[in-house]
Amino acid sequence: MSEKNPEYDFLWCPGCGDFGVRRAMEFAMEELNIKTERPMTSNVVVAGIGCSGNTVHLLEGEQPYGFHGIHGRSLPVAMGIKMSNPELNVVTVAGDGDFLSIGMEHIAPQAARNLNICAVIMDNGVYGLTKGQASPTTTHDTVTSSTPFGKIENPVNPLELYLTLGVTYIASGYSSKPKDLANLILRGMEHPGFSIVHVASPCTTYNDTYTQLKGSAKLNIAPTAWTIPANHDASDRKAARAIIEEGGVPVGVVYEDNSRPSFDAQFETIRANNKQKSNDAQLAVFDL
Amino acid sequence: MAGRSEIVVRFAGEGGQGVVTAAEMLARAATGVGYHALTFATFPSQILGGPTWTQARVSRVPISSPGDSVDILVAFNDYAYQEHRSDVRDGGVILLDPSATPDPADTAHRCITVPFDALAKETGEARAANMVVMGGLSKLINMPLQFFKDFVSIRFAARESVVTANHKALDLGLNHLAAEESVSDLGSPIKPDYPQSFIKGNEAVSLGAMHAGIESYIGYPISPATPILVYMEKNLTGEGKVAVQASSEIESITAIIGAGFAGKKTMTATSGPGFTLMQEGIGLAWMAEIPIVVVDVQRGGPATGLPTKTEQSDLLTAIYPAHGDSRMPVIAPGTVEECFYGSVMAFNWAERYQGPVMLLSEHSLAERAQNIRKPDLANVPVEERVRYTGNNDYLRYESHELSPFSSPGGPGAYIANGSEHDVYGDTTHLGKYHIHMTERRFSKLKLLEDGDYEAENSNAKIAVMPWGGSKGSVREALDLLLAAGLDLGWYYTMFVSPLPAKMLAELQSKDLVIVPELNFQGQMALNLRSLGVKAEAITQYTGLPFGPGDLAGRIKQLLSGIGQSTGAVKA
Ligand SMILES: Cc1ncc(C[n+]2csc(CCOP(=O)(O)OP(=O)(O)O)c2C)c(N)n1
Ligand code: SF4
Ligand SMILES: [Mg+2]
Repeated sequence: MSEKNPEYDFLWCPGCGDFGVRRAMEFAMEELNIKTERPMTSNVVVAGIGCSGNTVHLLEGEQPYGFHGIHGRSLPVAMGIKMSNPELNVVTVAGDGDFLSIGMEHIAPQAARNLNICAVIMDNGVYGLTKGQASPTTTHDTVTSSTPFGKIENPVNPLELYLTLGVTYIASGYSSKPKDLANLILRGMEHPGFSIVHVASPCTTYNDTYTQLKGSAKLNIAPTAWTIPANHDASDRKAARAIIEEGGVPVGVVYEDNSRPSFDAQFETIRANNKQKSNDAQLAVFDL
Repeated sequence: MAGRSEIVVRFAGEGGQGVVTAAEMLARAATGVGYHALTFATFPSQILGGPTWTQARVSRVPISSPGDSVDILVAFNDYAYQEHRSDVRDGGVILLDPSATPDPADTAHRCITVPFDALAKETGEARAANMVVMGGLSKLINMPLQFFKDFVSIRFAARESVVTANHKALDLGLNHLAAEESVSDLGSPIKPDYPQSFIKGNEAVSLGAMHAGIESYIGYPISPATPILVYMEKNLTGEGKVAVQASSEIESITAIIGAGFAGKKTMTATSGPGFTLMQEGIGLAWMAEIPIVVVDVQRGGPATGLPTKTEQSDLLTAIYPAHGDSRMPVIAPGTVEECFYGSVMAFNWAERYQGPVMLLSEHSLAERAQNIRKPDLANVPVEERVRYTGNNDYLRYESHELSPFSSPGGPGAYIANGSEHDVYGDTTHLGKYHIHMTERRFSKLKLLEDGDYEAENSNAKIAVMPWGGSKGSVREALDLLLAAGLDLGWYYTMFVSPLPAKMLAELQSKDLVIVPELNFQGQMALNLRSLGVKAEAITQYTGLPFGPGDLAGRIKQLLSGIGQSTGAVKA
């Protein structure tokens, strides 16, 4: 149920990390609207398929445009929208399965283009919506409904992947800190190029990792989430790699490269320098 | 048929030997002085070299198919001679490269060896072998050499030495065959009194899209659709325009859906394998009601199939690409000219009903170069989607039929949703909304049932109805049958789904509708039968178009086979 639509009947499970990500998305878009003096309707949220994608229906308050498409394809839909109208703020929301399994093929081309869109990934290490199968980030040996004898495959390291592919803004966040997360998302939206905010967003039903993320003195578990120190130079690729190799869930901006021109900027120049011929002139090429 | 006022010339050899350009050059030169011509091309299966052939049919009167038997074969090597000689009609001529050995037992044809390369070298321009051929042809088809010379002068205008060499090559070719008798006398051309274009199907599709106001093109290379991508990359530019090569067909289709959602007129072009990859996306556009145009330039077979051959075997997948209840509007042009108008109409339909439209072209049309009546752009209507102009809080999916289109940046935010949705665009599982939205989506197809169609001799109980690129061959076959006294109706439209309502009603009243089509299953006939038409297919799946003479025979055979021969013959 949402405020705007009482008939909408999808509910996240109590404690689901996606609540926090939704809140962060709302903060970030509101903040961006204030800064850019643009209306909420200049934002487009493109959703993947999964519990995470349902964020687009659950946003409260003033509504942005939304696009809820098919599994794994949030990036190309976002690309079509952004290239059509560079003025829009285009953000995608998708899960680890949507983005890193079926949609994996779309990350490299977007990184190569450096198109100015922002992807917010809600990583719960599991396929939530389909009820608990293994995802690319499910750890080795884990028993899930689709890996009853333990997962044989190695998990992917998303941050390492993004860095290798040349994504120009990589942030890592945690759903329980929506205000901090909102800042990471806002900075991603403002980054002139392709940005990914990868969020640890636990699935309370199929893969509850809150204890590990927060740690527990009682159970003698050290927290996996840790804050990236303020003196980290995000423009330094080597330093970024070191942060990633530290392991766990770093919270903050891992990498930001503002030196590479965005697709948008380069395209703008090309379009300005190459005017379209009139239809009459194009047809005349074929005159007999 | 070949003989008096028309001629079919086939060029066979290896890729890189100028085979590919020879037919086009002949057609271009001939149409330039007022003849009618069209070409047929197969691609070599390899990038450099490999057996390939092209064909040009030149005529004094308008023509619409690649024709039947070959009058003149130009064989650039022995393999080409062996492969193609049986297609040359009795009494036809075969021009042979010295590397080919004429069969002494071949008495049906006049075989003439011409040292194409050696003569070309004499001109100082080794690449002028093609012009040696043209010079020879000018003698054989009785077309004044000056026509070719003028063509060369215009084509290489800026490069005088090239013009001189090519003129010399033409002379040498003609001299070499000076003593030969002509195969045919085309007679002097009757130049059409209207402006013309000489253009290929893929180019006509591209120009149609331009005229319709395309703003965004995203595509992935695949034969035989690549020329559309290349045209767009070069020409669709300037402020607000997007032409981009995607990383896959899945990226192409979903990206153009994003563009359509953002309010743009958008298109992608592909062929069979790419089309299959787009299917989930096409369903998304149908579901979310996003105008897009998808061009499928058909090639042969499933999977990678026959990339360099022609077939009409994607009809059913074009109408029903997606899972779930959906039916796509499909426009299948039948001529190069219709490639232009079909493309404009595909955009008009997409705008009118706010959804995906399939433009079903095929290899033989895409690569066919032909003289057509130049489109009078000022008189080709272009449609725009109904735009939303109200405030926010718009319920885009509330009505039970078409509703105004709002796009990001403007008022009327909603969620375009590929999941079943309610009036907000929010995902729903409620039966009442699935009923509402399913009926809403199908209701919009009604807006497309007013397409133009051709109907002749509509009193006949039996009719012939081709579709797509077989139109020309079937028309010529029908003309042969009509001349022989058969009573057959003719129906044709490029609007193959939904069919024009009136035309469908007429077809339903026939005793039999014969559908010649280039696929194994008789896909259009199957489709027509599902619409209550007594349809029977005549199929061919050789990778090549129908030959009109051969097809006429098969239609006759079908009629006698079902005991209809008397019924179809005028009393
Ligand atoms: C093409 C396709 N394949 C499979 C599915 C089924 N499916 C829906 S969501 C999903 C995985 C969701 O996992 P994730 O992306 O991690 O999202 P989460 O639910 O965990 O937020 C799958 C496999 C689908 N909808 N479409
Ligand atoms: S299944 Fe997991 S991811 Fe889905 S709503 Fe429940 S807690 Fe959240
Ligand atoms: Mg998940």
